[in-house]
Amino acid sequence: MDAILLQVLNGLDKGAAYALIALGLTLIFGTLGVVNFAHGALFMLGAFCAVTINKVLTLQKVVLSQTETTAWGTPLEIRTPLAQEWFGDLGLTIIDFSVPISILAAIPVMLLIGVVMERGLIRYFYKRPHAEQILVTFGLAIVLQEIIKAFFGANPIQQNAPEMLQGAIDFGALFGNPGALVYPLWRMVYLAFSVIVILSVFAFLQFTTFGMVVRAGMADRETVGLLGIDIDRRFTIVFGIAAVVAGTAGVMYTPILPPDYHMGMDFLVLSFVVVVVGGMGSLGGAVSAGFLLGILQSFASMSEIRDLLAKVGIIGLDQIIIYLIAIVILLVRPRGLMGRKGVME
Amino acid sequence: MLSLFTKSSEKSDLLLLALFAVVVFAMPIWLAPFGAAYPDLMQRFAIYGIFATGFNILFGLTGYLSFGHAAFLGVGSYTAVWTFKLLGMNPIPAIIAAIIVAGLFALLIGFISLRRSGIYFSILTLAFAQMCYNLAYSVLTPITNGETGLRVLRDDLRLFDAPTVGDGGPLLSHIGGIEMTGMPGFYFAAVLLVIMVGLAMRIFRSPFGMMLKAVKTNQTRLNYTGVNTRPYTLAAFVISGMYAGLAGALLCVIDPLAGAERMQWTASGEVVLMTILGGVGTIIGPILGAALIKYFENIFSAFNDQTLNDIFSFLPDQLQEGFVSVTSLFVGEGWNLSLGILFVIIVVFLPGGVTEGLNRIGRFGLRRLGIGHKSKNEDETSPAPGE
Repeated sequence: MDAILLQVLNGLDKGAAYALIALGLTLIFGTLGVVNFAHGALFMLGAFCAVTINKVLTLQKVVLSQTETTAWGTPLEIRTPLAQEWFGDLGLTIIDFSVPISILAAIPVMLLIGVVMERGLIRYFYKRPHAEQILVTFGLAIVLQEIIKAFFGANPIQQNAPEMLQGAIDFGALFGNPGALVYPLWRMVYLAFSVIVILSVFAFLQFTTFGMVVRAGMADRETVGLLGIDIDRRFTIVFGIAAVVAGTAGVMYTPILPPDYHMGMDFLVLSFVVVVVGGMGSLGGAVSAGFLLGILQSFASMSEIRDLLAKVGIIGLDQIIIYLIAIVILLVRPRGLMGRKGVME
Repeated sequence: MLSLFTKSSEKSDLLLLALFAVVVFAMPIWLAPFGAAYPDLMQRFAIYGIFATGFNILFGLTGYLSFGHAAFLGVGSYTAVWTFKLLGMNPIPAIIAAIIVAGLFALLIGFISLRRSGIYFSILTLAFAQMCYNLAYSVLTPITNGETGLRVLRDDLRLFDAPTVGDGGPLLSHIGGIEMTGMPGFYFAAVLLVIMVGLAMRIFRSPFGMMLKAVKTNQTRLNYTGVNTRPYTLAAFVISGMYAGLAGALLCVIDPLAGAERMQWTASGEVVLMTILGGVGTIIGPILGAALIKYFENIFSAFNDQTLNDIFSFLPDQLQEGFVSVTSLFVGEGWNLSLGILFVIIVVFLPGGVTEGLNRIGRFGLRRLGIGHKSKNEDETSPAPGE
């Protein structure tokens, strides 16, 4: 029982990442009708926002010590982060919290990137065939990740969660069985964060006037345009919001997975599968399929199940389970779990 | 001259193919001034030409954009190396086996993926390719040798030639004692390229090809007239998978080593780019695109800071430093960046690729000369506007 619960939790945080990316993909697809192959790159850019902020915060001042020397006889270098020098202990706390702080920076940056991307490139492709939309965003993804590679190198860059969030929660203790179910705290934070983001996106679409207009535009763009509403401008903002969702997901994911330049594409392929399973154009479908596939993947990689499968001659199911499920779903329900009729038929 | 490329009769096809064969076989001569006349590079021109030609049969004719074609390339490579290991170093059985196995793979993947069209299809093929890559990289290590890559070993079974090859040199595939490396390797690949292009031409002009073009133009209408398009698209998918398998096998004939990285999504993206760059739906376009990309990859990846410093040495020092640091982003390790930018530019400004560009220039030139007013077949090579 504990093991099962642990796998569910394990699956939830990966599923949360899939769900966030898939949510953005579906938002863009539902509003603009464009499949954004560069969406994984946006996730990656968000992660590198965190890296950049961390670098900026930890800029150091180097002073040569007058008295002490190193083992080589040269004066000892004393490195103090500028933040510490200016703000004292507060500065150290700021550095410690660089990942959560990065979110504040990532929101405007990603919004800007999203809007620029949409206005500068993607809007010229609404009337072009789907194949060309895919190709141009695919090319854009290559460009973005190569730029990141040129600046940050090819190696993963480790980021740390704030110290107070680095430990683990002992869920077992809550049920009077300490040590049975220990779960990293940061993953819980990530899960909570993604639930909040998902809920706020839904609330934004459901309960605000802006969201209402966007939903109307998703249903019938032309009519909304005829009513004298500048729907294009709103869709541009939706694109920006989708970029922010992907970017902040990337920022928060950095302590779990050290970011490197191709992390976006790795996630993108799976997120596409998530979108297809959930049903293209269905926000609820994307989110639930994200969590579902995350949990299934973590179950397939459970050692007991792996051993069991190995006995009947199936190995490596955990590597391909998501794809297999996608295939089955498409064969049984071609529109996906919650796909609407008439979307991308 | 240009009208030659746009007319479509049996005779002009044969003539074109003969011309193409001459151009291909003469590559060592006319590529020499470009510094590209060495066998290793020309082999890659021919092999990736085959790969792109096959991809074009699917994408160019039916409009189905597959993002997973590298999977078939990889499957072909692994099959070829296994044939080497089991049967011996003769490339012919290896190629046949690779084509068959890649074809079977394509049948399986195509059967499922082709249930959906448009974006769904692209995503599905991408997912399948990624799945194959994951499997080859980790789970199927006994078959694929995982990260290290699969190679032919001296103590492999090699039923037919184990005793003859064993003199300590590197293991190379060979026919009748001619080792498939260097120039013989190039000519082997070149012969296959010409055959495969001839085949592609036949397909393009056949009723089957017409049917595929109809699928691209308007599949819904075709369905309404009572045609079941699935068998046609599936056939196209399998054929193009076989082309990819052949290309993969040839890569192993030249160098008997197969690695999982051949199946990665970047490799799939590369063949898409080759086809787009050259010109979708034209016979010669994809080959041109493949050659251009491999050529520039070869040149640009070889650049390093030293060569850049030499190039910009005529500038004042500070300027030189600036220029070197900017350009070094795009060459050497950064070649992929130039590739990505090229990709975007081509898709944005010239979706018909180089052949369309040439056609435009040619038409413009003809008009300036006052000849060749609107000919009937003028627009045949350029892709239909909109789908």
